[in-house]
Amino acid sequence: MRESIPDLNSGSSSQPLTIKIIGVGGAGSNVVAEMQRSDLGAIPALILHTNSRILNLDTKAQKMVLGARRTHGLGTGGDPEIGRAATEDQEEPLRQFCQGADLIFIVAGLGGGTGTGAAPVVARVAKDSGALALAVVALPFDFEGNRRTKQAQVGLVNLKSAADAVICLPNQKLFHILDEQTPVTETFAASNDLMTQGVRGIWQMLTRTGLINVDFSYLRSVVHDRHTESMFASAEARGEARVREVLDRLVASPLLEEGRVLQESSDVLVSLVGGPDLTITEVNKIMEQLNRRVTEGQLILGAAIDPTQTGCIRLTIVASRPNRDLAGQSVPELSRLSPPPTLKGEIEAPFFDELTVNLSQSRFKAPPPATTPENTELLLQQLNGQSDRTRRHSSKRLKQEMFNLEIVSKGRFEKSEPTIHHGEDLDVPTYIRRGVVLN
Amino acid sequence: MFETTPIVVGLDIGTSKVCAVVGEINDSGGLNIVGVGQSKSRGVRKGEVVDATLAGEDIRNAIVEAEQMADTEIRSVYLGVTGGHIRGLNNRGFHPVVSNDREITDDDVQDVIKNARAINLPAENKVLHVIRQLFLVDGQDGIVNPVGMFGASVAVDVHVVHGNLNRLQNPIRAVKNLQLEIEDVVFSGLASSLALLNNHQKEMGSLVIDIGAGTTEFVVYSNGIIKHTGVIAVGGDHLSNDLAYGLKVPLSRAEQLKIDHGSALVEPEIKGHTITLTNDLGIPEKTINLEHLRRIMSLRLGEIFQLIAKELDQSDLLSHVREGVFLTGGCSRIPGIETLANQSFHLPVTLGKTNSISGLKSALDQPEFAAAIGLARFGSFEMRKRSQEKPGLQTTITQTFKNLFGRS
Ligand SMILES: Nc1nc2c(ncn2[C@@H]2O[C@H](COP(=O)(O)OP(=O)(O)OP(=O)(O)O)[C@@H](O)[C@H]2O)c(=O)[nH]1
Ligand SMILES: Nc1ncnc2c1ncn2[C@@H]1O[C@H](COP(=O)(O)OP(=O)(O)OP(=O)(O)O)[C@@H](O)[C@H]1O
Ligand SMILES: [Mg+2]
Ligand SMILES: [Mg+2]
Repeated sequence: MRESIPDLNSGSSSQPLTIKIIGVGGAGSNVVAEMQRSDLGAIPALILHTNSRILNLDTKAQKMVLGARRTHGLGTGGDPEIGRAATEDQEEPLRQFCQGADLIFIVAGLGGGTGTGAAPVVARVAKDSGALALAVVALPFDFEGNRRTKQAQVGLVNLKSAADAVICLPNQKLFHILDEQTPVTETFAASNDLMTQGVRGIWQMLTRTGLINVDFSYLRSVVHDRHTESMFASAEARGEARVREVLDRLVASPLLEEGRVLQESSDVLVSLVGGPDLTITEVNKIMEQLNRRVTEGQLILGAAIDPTQTGCIRLTIVASRPNRDLAGQSVPELSRLSPPPTLKGEIEAPFFDELTVNLSQSRFKAPPPATTPENTELLLQQLNGQSDRTRRHSSKRLKQEMFNLEIVSKGRFEKSEPTIHHGEDLDVPTYIRRGVVLN
Repeated sequence: MFETTPIVVGLDIGTSKVCAVVGEINDSGGLNIVGVGQSKSRGVRKGEVVDATLAGEDIRNAIVEAEQMADTEIRSVYLGVTGGHIRGLNNRGFHPVVSNDREITDDDVQDVIKNARAINLPAENKVLHVIRQLFLVDGQDGIVNPVGMFGASVAVDVHVVHGNLNRLQNPIRAVKNLQLEIEDVVFSGLASSLALLNNHQKEMGSLVIDIGAGTTEFVVYSNGIIKHTGVIAVGGDHLSNDLAYGLKVPLSRAEQLKIDHGSALVEPEIKGHTITLTNDLGIPEKTINLEHLRRIMSLRLGEIFQLIAKELDQSDLLSHVREGVFLTGGCSRIPGIETLANQSFHLPVTLGKTNSISGLKSALDQPEFAAAIGLARFGSFEMRKRSQEKPGLQTTITQTFKNLFGRS
């Protein structure tokens, strides 16, 4: 914990993060255009497509038509080779866009020609320019046919080796939360929504100066491992039962496979955003319940207060689990991605169980960077102006400052000034900063 | 108490332990270590006092233990200070020679040093040491003593060590609260180098690296003078913290794993080796991949060396280090660390020995003691200097350092 009220400009990792978004292909362009209409519009965005019809898309994102020479703006005809070649022709402007970014989200739908062929090239360029390349991709519905499915799988393998991490959203998984009659366009809308929420959650987690900040390096370490697959889920709730509801909703997310993903994950990054009325008990309860779910791995918590969100809790997680399919990349991922639908209530233990809030502490848990209950307690006390240190300040001043209170949970180094050397936080393990994968 | 030989006490408030070393000045002016006191350090992080109460208790315990062993009463200490806020820099001062005949006098030398001291530092910074390097007369460099030479102008290079005043005050206050006098405050990296190096090594060019629990200090000598000093607030605690995070074990367990199974090198033959951790009941609870453990350590230690090498390379100093690298501090016990340092610096690497101090029993030749022993040595020089001085002539720390860190 910092000893003093930090000044606004001296964050722990010096400069603020620069984040950018690139949408690739038809799906990518649609999703990014949608993001740009939301609060995510604050993030510089670029959309890329082989089809010049993106030029008609009403968005403030920059646009770039790929391979006009090759395809005359008419698309790839579903051939990823064309998507790839067209992008490689235009790496230079792409590189310029990537310049200076710390993190680049690459959004696409896999299965067609453009997203499938171009996204790996975009990821490579992004990574070469020094950014963490985080791909968020939709995979086709089963009904779209075998060719798309196969093509998407090949694209996924390429993308996984080009990007730092790939977060997958198999459209098929949405099926059992939508009713049969839902038109395909609406299904896509639901899928777009989930991708937007995922990107928003990660963005907030990294950029909101929070109560407990999640260092960029930890995100890197959670998603970086080639041998894991990363998933995300997001949920929101308000009202009296909001803690219970936000947890229920989160675990009901189709992407978490009835909570199995949490169970099997080795690392789970949790981002919690609440209104100024968020209480210590609530933070603890959420963490306790997640802790019960994440039986194997480690939880890393980031928490922020959004002054405009009174009454609301939003929970976003990024989870990585060992990829059982990775050894045999030929195993069709999608066959696993559509689990036999179970009746939810049947297998679900009640997620929020008030009778068993006391966690057994038997398993190993690394102290950093997960926050300690004492730490959380302290910072929430500060929030309410109860701590000795903050009592001196007028409550008005405190209210403004509390959102900038930055508390990086750093285990052994909590009491000391962070060791920043030429802009690098040396308190973060070297192997993580170097992106070394322990496997 | 009248008959007792004069004693000097070095007090090192380290991140993992507080250490007090008592030395007696023998008849020939040399130093005999007659007592050591130690205490676990609980109020220090990254070399700086963060909890004055705990630090006070620990200092008291170390002092009491040293008093008992040396059978003496300790009234004053030479205090070591460190921390990420401490910086070293070289500065040059100029002075026109005023006398008609252009012969450089003692006064000119005093004036030029005064000018060299005048560096622009933020108000909250305090100069700890100004160490004289070499003089220039009319642009001709490499002059040890310009007095008596002829020239129109004289310049001097000095090495200045400074730090943040408020942060320096924390250990000072903790010591003063115990009713102990502070004879002088010394950058602990300099102290370690004093304990380790003889004149020949300073002359030939040496790099001393003290890797403790919270900080790593480094000092470069060449041609008998101090060229560079630095601190990186990274040490053995970082190794443990990295292991706790990477291996998902509690910090205390990580600390033990580091000591029991640690290495600076990842040797190919350890691939696949595991360590089984048991719980209190002896039941196996977790297996640790030895290769992961060592890779985490090797990357961290390698990074420390690379950061130092990079900083020294910028001022082209590594080529002046002909004698080699001397490692000390608790982390120099890590197996394989010499090899790793050799790979980073491409220089001969030795584990530093403090037994160049006369009378010191080899039992005290522990890398953890280097700073405290060096502080006592610093004190012995300063005492000798004082006793030689004619009354009325003021000792300056510059002169002390000239004797200590300069040519003898
Ligand atoms: N979430 C979401 N997925 C979409 C959308 N449109 C298409 N998809 C999915 O993304 C996959 C790829 O489709 P597109 O993005 O249109 O294809 P493309 O990358 O533009 O490739 P070509 O049009 O063949 O050059 C499809 O198989 C769908 O499963 C959309 O608007 N939202
Ligand atoms: N055999 C060993 N293997 C690995 N590490 C060791 C070993 N022995 C000691 N250490 C480490 O050395 C460190 C202590 O060294 P030292 O006593 O020089 O530090 P300090 O003076 O207390 O700290 P600082 O100078 O940084 O304030 C601890 O981190 C300890 O774990
Ligand atoms: Mg040290
Ligand atoms: Mg030390």
